[in-house]
Amino acid sequence: MNAQWLLFAFLASCIACAALGVVFSRNIVRAAVWLLFTLIGVSFLYFLLGFEFLGTAQLIVYVGGTMVLVVFGVMLTAQGPFLQLRTKRIEWVFAILVGGALFGLLAKASLDLATPQTKNENIPGISPLGLAFLGVDAVSPTVPMSGFPDGREAPKRTANSYLLPFEIVSVHLLVVLIAAAYLARAKRKRTPHG
Amino acid sequence: MGEPGLTAYLILSAFVFVCGIICIATKRNAIGILMGVELVLNAANINFVASARYHPGFPIEGQVFALMVIVLAAAEAAVALAIILNFYNNHATVDVDQAEDLKG
Repeated sequence: MNAQWLLFAFLASCIACAALGVVFSRNIVRAAVWLLFTLIGVSFLYFLLGFEFLGTAQLIVYVGGTMVLVVFGVMLTAQGPFLQLRTKRIEWVFAILVGGALFGLLAKASLDLATPQTKNENIPGISPLGLAFLGVDAVSPTVPMSGFPDGREAPKRTANSYLLPFEIVSVHLLVVLIAAAYLARAKRKRTPHG
Repeated sequence: MGEPGLTAYLILSAFVFVCGIICIATKRNAIGILMGVELVLNAANINFVASARYHPGFPIEGQVFALMVIVLAAAEAAVALAIILNFYNNHATVDVDQAEDLKG
């Protein structure tokens, strides 16, 4: 039992408890708070694994952006009867049975998997990640290029470039946000079943 | 027991995934279902990041996919909330059992 295991066990139990809290809290506001704790725990897990940029992105985008959206949605729609909607007991029983079976299957598959247990010691940091997104790599080129001082090599295109997915995702996000603003605009006064 | 390997992370992610699935299946509030989807996406992300750490083949691919998932989850949450607000404006409820206009 070293520090890595202790930290992992602590974070994993926090994440698991918070996820259970999301599932079993009847009040939607409490579920949102439990989800917030789950997301923060997952971002700390990324820090524990050594991916600082991912952990920061998770904190900023998920906890700071998506959760604020969800909380606004809760605040705009949570009124009296919708704060606590009851689920039938039989649905709970079925869902927990199916979920337990699924978890058993996934856990057995994970345990049977001959996974490498050794750590990648040299995980790429932020600049290789950014260069991979831009489609260039800091590998020395075959021909000298102008514009680079002596002793420094120009970046060149690599086989694994993520420029196209990056562009697609960014345009997708823009289109989706415009569409969301269009969908959620105030059109008319609220009338029940109208 | 040196440190937690890939298996420990896979089992944690399986647990979070199953919690998300149960959340989607049992919640009647549409925003609760959206929270379940967020849990499922986070479980997938834990898998990607743990693979990036412990699998020698994907040191950068795991991070790239995890970032994509984070951005797509933000987009998905925005559009889902817009649809939920529209539904709430038209029907004055967020109970998904009442969303049966398309039922024949």
